[in-house]
Amino acid sequence: MTAEQIIFLVVAFFTLGSGFMVVTTGNLVHAALWLVATLFGVAVVFALLNAGFLAVVQVVVYIGAIAILFIFAVMLTRKDMRDQGPQMNRGWWAGALIAVLVFAGLFFMLQGWNGLSRTAAAIPAGFDAVAELGNALVSPDAFVLPFEVASVLLVAALVGAVYVAFNRK
Amino acid sequence: MSFWKDPLKVAADWLMGILTGWGMPEVAAQVLIGFLGVLILISILMVLDIFLVWVERKVVSRFQDRIGPNRVGPFGLIQPFADIIKLLIKEDITPSGADKVVYNIAPMLSMMSVLILWAIVPLAPTILGVDLNIGALYIIAAGAIGTLSIIMAGWSSNNKFALIGAFRQVAVMVSFEIPMLTMLLIPTILAGSMGMNAIIEKQDIWFFWLSPLAALIFLITAIAELGRAPFDMAEGESELVAGYNTEYSGMKFGMFYAGELLHAFTYGGFLAILFFGGYRFFGLEQVSPFLAIAVIIFKAFVGYWVIMWIKYTLLRIRIDHMLAFNWKFLTPLAFTLLMVTALVNALLAGTSAWLYVAGMFLSNVVLAWAALEIARSYSRKERGKTEGVKKVVTTPRSTP
Amino acid sequence: MVPLSWYLILAAALFSIGLFGVLSRRNAVAILLGIELMLNAVNINLAAFWRYGNVLHMAGQVFAIIVFAVAAAEVAVGLALVISVYRKRNTVIADDIDLMKW
Repeated sequence: MTAEQIIFLVVAFFTLGSGFMVVTTGNLVHAALWLVATLFGVAVVFALLNAGFLAVVQVVVYIGAIAILFIFAVMLTRKDMRDQGPQMNRGWWAGALIAVLVFAGLFFMLQGWNGLSRTAAAIPAGFDAVAELGNALVSPDAFVLPFEVASVLLVAALVGAVYVAFNRK
Repeated sequence: MSFWKDPLKVAADWLMGILTGWGMPEVAAQVLIGFLGVLILISILMVLDIFLVWVERKVVSRFQDRIGPNRVGPFGLIQPFADIIKLLIKEDITPSGADKVVYNIAPMLSMMSVLILWAIVPLAPTILGVDLNIGALYIIAAGAIGTLSIIMAGWSSNNKFALIGAFRQVAVMVSFEIPMLTMLLIPTILAGSMGMNAIIEKQDIWFFWLSPLAALIFLITAIAELGRAPFDMAEGESELVAGYNTEYSGMKFGMFYAGELLHAFTYGGFLAILFFGGYRFFGLEQVSPFLAIAVIIFKAFVGYWVIMWIKYTLLRIRIDHMLAFNWKFLTPLAFTLLMVTALVNALLAGTSAWLYVAGMFLSNVVLAWAALEIARSYSRKERGKTEGVKKVVTTPRSTP
Repeated sequence: MVPLSWYLILAAALFSIGLFGVLSRRNAVAILLGIELMLNAVNINLAAFWRYGNVLHMAGQVFAIIVFAVAAAEVAVGLALVISVYRKRNTVIADDIDLMKW
C-alpha cells in the first residue's frame, strides 16, 4: 500500500461519504453544506491527478459560486426556519434499486475492459499543463470553437436566469 | 550553502538527517518536516496578528487625533494580550435554536481561508510554501471559502439581522470577485505566468508603473472582499448591529476579528507582490533571504496602512450603490482595461523599454480619464433629474 | 501507484449516488443537488482518462472545463426556474407542481 494509494482511499471515502449525506440528510441547508464537502473532495481528486488548474477552478466555480447559489436558493424557498418533513418521495426504494443496478452495470462493464489496471505514465519533464491547456483552448486547430460556443452558452444562461427570476412589479 | 543564504533548505536537511538517523522512513520524515514548517509559519502569523491588533488601534487613534491605548505596557504594546485574555475567559454562548455544528465551524473556516493564502506568498526567493504556477487563481479560491464561512455564520445564528448582514456581505464579495479576477490577470499578462514568484521575478520595473489603474482597481476590490469600510455595509454598527457576527462572543468573535485584520494585512502583501515588486529592492534580496523577508513585510505594512487610511477616512457606501458601482462601472472598466493592456502589450512588447513603459502608463491614464468622464456625465444627468438642469445666469445688459 | 480502475469506480459510485438523489428526493432543489453530483462524477472520469492516457493531448481537460461551464449555466437557470415556481405556487415539492397532469 503506497502512500499515494492510502491518500486516494481516504479522499475517495470522504467524497463518497459526503455525497451519500447530500442525498439522505433531511435538512436541506445541511445537504448544501455536504455538497460543499463533496466538491472539495473532488477538487482533491483532481489535484491527485496532476490536473492542478482543474482543482483550483473547481473550488472557484463550484464551491465559490454554484454551492453559494444553492444555499441562497434553499434559504429563499422555505416557508420558515424549521426543518421540513420527510425528504424522500414515495418511490424512493425504486430509486435506490435503480442506482444500485446502474453501479453494478458500470462495474461489470468496466471489468470486461483490459486497459483497466494500467498505471499512470510519468509526466514528461518541463510539461506545463496550464500553458498547454491555454494553448488548446484558443488554438484554431484545437478547441477554440467549443470554447467560444461555451461563452455564448453562458451569456444565454445569464440572460435567461435574470429574465426568469425577475420580479415584475 | 550557508544558513544565511538558504535557511529553509539547511534546516530541512539537518532535520532530515536526524530523523533518518533515528530510523524513520524518508517519506514519513518529509511529511513530518512539512507539517513542522506549516506549524512554524502559522505560529508566526498568529503572533503577527496580535501585533496587528495593536497597530490597528494605534493608527485609528492617530487618524482620530487621540492617543490610543497607552496604559498597558510601554506604548500600549501589551493591550492586545489583555484583549485576548478577556476574550478567552468569556462565556462560550451558543444561541438557542442555532445549528450547533455549523455555528462552531464558521469561525474556524473564516480563519482557515486567511491562513491558506500564506501558502503561496513568497517571503524570499527560496522561502515560500509552495510555488504554485496558478497562484493568482488560488487567491480567488481562498476567497470563495471565506464567502462560504460568512453564509454559514449568518444562517446558523438563528437571527434575522445576522442573516441579512451575511446575505449583503456575500452579495458584495461575490460581485467584487469579478473585477478582482480580471485585475489579477493583468500581472499575469505582464509577467507571462500566474505564479507569484514568476510575477516578482519579472518586475524589473514595478507593475504599478506599467498599470496604475489595475493597482487601484485591485485595491478597491480587495477592500470590498475584506468587508472593510467604505464597503462594510454588512457589519455597519449603526445599521445591522454587527452583521453576521452578531451572535458570536468570546474567542469565536476573536477569530472573526483577528481573521479580518490578518486578511487585510495579507491583501496588503498581495498588493505589494503583484504591483510593487514583492521582496525585490534594487537587488537587496540576492544578499540574504532575511533582508528579502524584511522588504516584503515592510511593503505589506505600507499596503495595510493604505487600507487602514481608506477605512478611517471615507464614509460607508449604501448597499445598492455598492452593487451598482461594481456592475455598472468597475466590471466594464476592468474588462476594457484587460483588453487594452493585452493589446498594448502585444503591440509594444518588442520595442524599447521606455516606449513600453510610457505606452502602458499612458493607456492606463487615458482609460481612467475616459471612465471618469463617462461617470461624470452620468452623474450630471442624474443630478439634472432631481435638481433641474442648471441654467446659466446672465445679468441683463442695462440699456444705455 | 493508483490503477485507473480505482478512479473509474469512484466516478461510477458518485454517479450512482447522484442518480439516487435525483430519483428519490421530494424537493426540487435537492434534485438539482443530485444532478451536480452526477456532473462531478463525469468530470472525475474525464480527468482520469486524460492523465492515464496521452498527457500531451489536452482534450480531457478541455472537455472538463466545458462541463464546468455547462453545469454552472444549468444550475443558474434551474434555480431561477425553481424560485420563479416558488413565487407562483408557494411550494418546491416536485410532486405538488402537477398542474398539467390529467
